[in-house]
Amino acid sequence: MSDAGWIRLAVIAAAVLALELACRLGYVDAFTVIAPSQMAAALINVLTSRELLIEISASLLKVAVAVSASVTAGIVIGIVLHPMKRVRRIVDPLLSSYYALPLFAFYPLFIVLLGVGAASIILMGFVTALGAMVLSTLDGLDQIPQVLTKVGRMHQMGPIASMLRLQLPAAAPYVLAGGRLAIAYAFIGVIASEFILSGQGLGFEIGFAYNSFDTRMMYGLILFILLLVIVLNLVLHAWDDRLRLRRRPVRD
Amino acid sequence: MMAATKPLVSSIAAPSQQGSSNALAHVEVEKVVKIFRGAKKTADVHALGPVDFSIRRGEFFAVVGPSGCGKSTLLDVMAGLSRPTAGKVVFEGSQVLGSVPSGIGAVFQDDASFYWLDVSENIAFGLRQNGTDPEEVRRRLDYAISFMGLHDFAKAHPAQLSCGMRQRMCIARTLVMQPRLILLDEPFGALDQQTRLLMGEELLRLWRETGASILLITHSLDEATMLADRIGVMSARPGRFIDIITTGWPRERTSEIVSDPQFGAINAHIWTLLRKESLLSMRGQQGSAENRG
Repeated sequence: MSDAGWIRLAVIAAAVLALELACRLGYVDAFTVIAPSQMAAALINVLTSRELLIEISASLLKVAVAVSASVTAGIVIGIVLHPMKRVRRIVDPLLSSYYALPLFAFYPLFIVLLGVGAASIILMGFVTALGAMVLSTLDGLDQIPQVLTKVGRMHQMGPIASMLRLQLPAAAPYVLAGGRLAIAYAFIGVIASEFILSGQGLGFEIGFAYNSFDTRMMYGLILFILLLVIVLNLVLHAWDDRLRLRRRPVRD
Repeated sequence: MMAATKPLVSSIAAPSQQGSSNALAHVEVEKVVKIFRGAKKTADVHALGPVDFSIRRGEFFAVVGPSGCGKSTLLDVMAGLSRPTAGKVVFEGSQVLGSVPSGIGAVFQDDASFYWLDVSENIAFGLRQNGTDPEEVRRRLDYAISFMGLHDFAKAHPAQLSCGMRQRMCIARTLVMQPRLILLDEPFGALDQQTRLLMGEELLRLWRETGASILLITHSLDEATMLADRIGVMSARPGRFIDIITTGWPRERTSEIVSDPQFGAINAHIWTLLRKESLLSMRGQQGSAENRG
């Protein structure tokens, strides 16, 4: 691990230790925040509870569907928009301000369209993740050096072959970065939707624990989501690093 | 010292006399003009021409000219990457009509390596793209890797190679396609002088071994004089040939010809022609910069 990595780990460990001490010594009300060691114990309870694992699976399935759909749709929309210079001039500012929109305001509309249930929650996850994927795909395709496109034409590649074998691989680091964001946003969309209006899933369980004053369960579930998203991001980050390392030329 | 087989700057002829209707012509460029239409409120840019010349089968033809004179535009038009505004390009008897005909390969100045593929995959890219038999791919790949001296780096990724090696890889990628016409747009532009000389020798070896016709665009007078059978000297924009010089070097030449007195004489002659054009080009660029300012 790099020096920066060790320092990062030390800072997190110090923060966790400080919170542990603050809770143990009574500086923090146990009704508001529980000690990290208790959170870890609650996490074990979460992972050994058959009922909760079913709820977790349901949420993860929704996230997986939302991510798959948003990544696929984002790449396709990016590919279609990329060569349309005039449309891009109109659409680009709208895409850039995508996350300034209060997307959750559309949740009632989704319920009207799809009813209360998994479909509207998946749609919420899809909508929150889509923007990042479209923007990253467009960004990646914009960054491709013109000379690569020329080489593709010299090899008599048609537009589809060029896109699949040349342009998308060349844009891969950007697309992957979009995928990382899409996962994070899909989690937010799905968990938050479950929290507000659902009878099942991780978000619902967190909300239920909160409303029942079951602080231990609530923090156990929050810790689970945190660790899951961090691990997923680290895996994608490592992959991303490998791609970027290949991209960086050596100095002569 | 290597003696030239023909006298210095002997067959300098008016460009129009060097042009089309040549039975031996491999490529004919006939009155080609390229004008880039300006967007709203910007003027059209007359980048090239009229240009009229031909390259004989198996000939090494170099083009030199001031910056911005349209050399790369000429290459794009010849490759079929860009349509001429007027005139035509005929390759092996067929007109090039805005798409790249088979039998033409190109190497560009900018790094065109596919960073996500290793050296072998980069070189075999075109062959796999056109569905060449895997045995044949292997045979041509082995030959190209061996020819370009990339044995020890076959499984390396471009980021692990030096600039010169990446360019050798790109040349190998073109070589495996067995082009009959190779277009080179400043392929050694990013390399230091010593590496350029050595790469020039490799290029001469490739040229002799493949028998392909070569068009080399370069800023380097030394490179053009050392490598080419004929050198087309272009004017400032819009680029036209102001002279086409026959070097008269034997086919079995190496970089040692740089010490030949005739080498210096040819270089001096080209520079005499180019100096005025380069000044014109520089003033033009300054003028447009001031206008923009």
